[in-house]
Amino acid sequence: MSIMQYNGGSVIAMVGKDCVAIASDLRLGNQALGISSNFQKIFSVTDRIYLGLPGLATDVTTLRELFRYRVNMYTIKEEREIQPETFAHLVSSTLYEHRFGPYFIEPVMAGLSKTPSGSFKPFIAATDLIGCLNFAKDFVVAGTASEKLYGVAEGLWESDLEPEDLFETISQTMLNAVDRDAYSGWGVVVHVITKDKVVTRTLKGRMD
Amino acid sequence: METSFALTGNGYVIVAADTTAARSIVKMKIDEDKIKTLSSHLLMAHSGEPGDTIQFAEYVERNIRLFQIRNNYALRPSAAASWIRRSLAQSLRSRHPYAVNLLLGGYDTAEDQPHLYWIDYLGTSTEVPFGAHGYGSYFALSLLDRYHDPNATLEEGLATLRRCVDEVSKRLVVSPGKYKVKVVDKDGTREIEF
Repeated sequence: MSIMQYNGGSVIAMVGKDCVAIASDLRLGNQALGISSNFQKIFSVTDRIYLGLPGLATDVTTLRELFRYRVNMYTIKEEREIQPETFAHLVSSTLYEHRFGPYFIEPVMAGLSKTPSGSFKPFIAATDLIGCLNFAKDFVVAGTASEKLYGVAEGLWESDLEPEDLFETISQTMLNAVDRDAYSGWGVVVHVITKDKVVTRTLKGRMD
Repeated sequence: METSFALTGNGYVIVAADTTAARSIVKMKIDEDKIKTLSSHLLMAHSGEPGDTIQFAEYVERNIRLFQIRNNYALRPSAAASWIRRSLAQSLRSRHPYAVNLLLGGYDTAEDQPHLYWIDYLGTSTEVPFGAHGYGSYFALSLLDRYHDPNATLEEGLATLRRCVDEVSKRLVVSPGKYKVKVVDKDGTREIEF
């Protein structure tokens, strides 16, 4: 069993029409033994960027603290909020710093980036554990249920979904993928990011 | 084999750990105290590699105390858990990591709430309503899923703990004989005859 599967957990992000959504399960386990059913893996970076960190749970906390520190330093030095594209590269280079002794995390990011005209453009990205970036136009997945998430998302996702429809799509994708994975589940949390608000909902899932 | 449990209730946390110190198949000691009192409202049960456990627990104890002397106030349970977790996470990627699993039970006197943190040797930390370490956890956790009540009185909490201890004694081949039980609530920490 790989160290990436030790604690279990999965994250997915999807693009909609002028909105993005990111969802994760809430399980923390020790191999097959469940420890907690309220382990958050998604964190807000700014009001319009959310970061999901599936993988080894100790590194979830460590990286969350590290990114909080680095984003705070960026905000102070630059005197402006970090943009999603910049943040994706911050994540990538932070992980690549540990190329030969990595953090066992595959981050997933979702956010809205400001265009020169003042409007917002959906942005999602994911990296592997050493920081190889993957910018996708539709959806990105990571974690122990990633294969299942690919399958369900491929079937359910369509372009230009409104926030409510995107919420339904990402929720059904997550719930159904996670039910086929023993190491993910125990509830789901979904964040839908639009230009003027973020809607966070916790979903009940199967508890087995 | 080594086992520790902890559960929260209405305004308290119960922390229990077995008292055997074993080396290989031999019991060396049967009255070892594996629950440290870190501050007036903070308890920590430690288990894992012998030597590491005591060394790390004392390191934590002294640093928590140092913070208290320097700042004239004690760390709250969540802050203490964060500091301890960070110490373990840094130790994990060092040449000689501490192999210590912890249950940190505390009473936050500022918000009048009990808190329990489950921490393992990797630096995984999560707040839980109840938790366990060791082989006993395989029996106790499912039992606690059924019987744990966050609003239970201390007597009811101790009855639930008794169920866990009895189940482990009944089903685990190498079950520990004796447990030390400590409680932390608004009045501070104390040991309970069990």
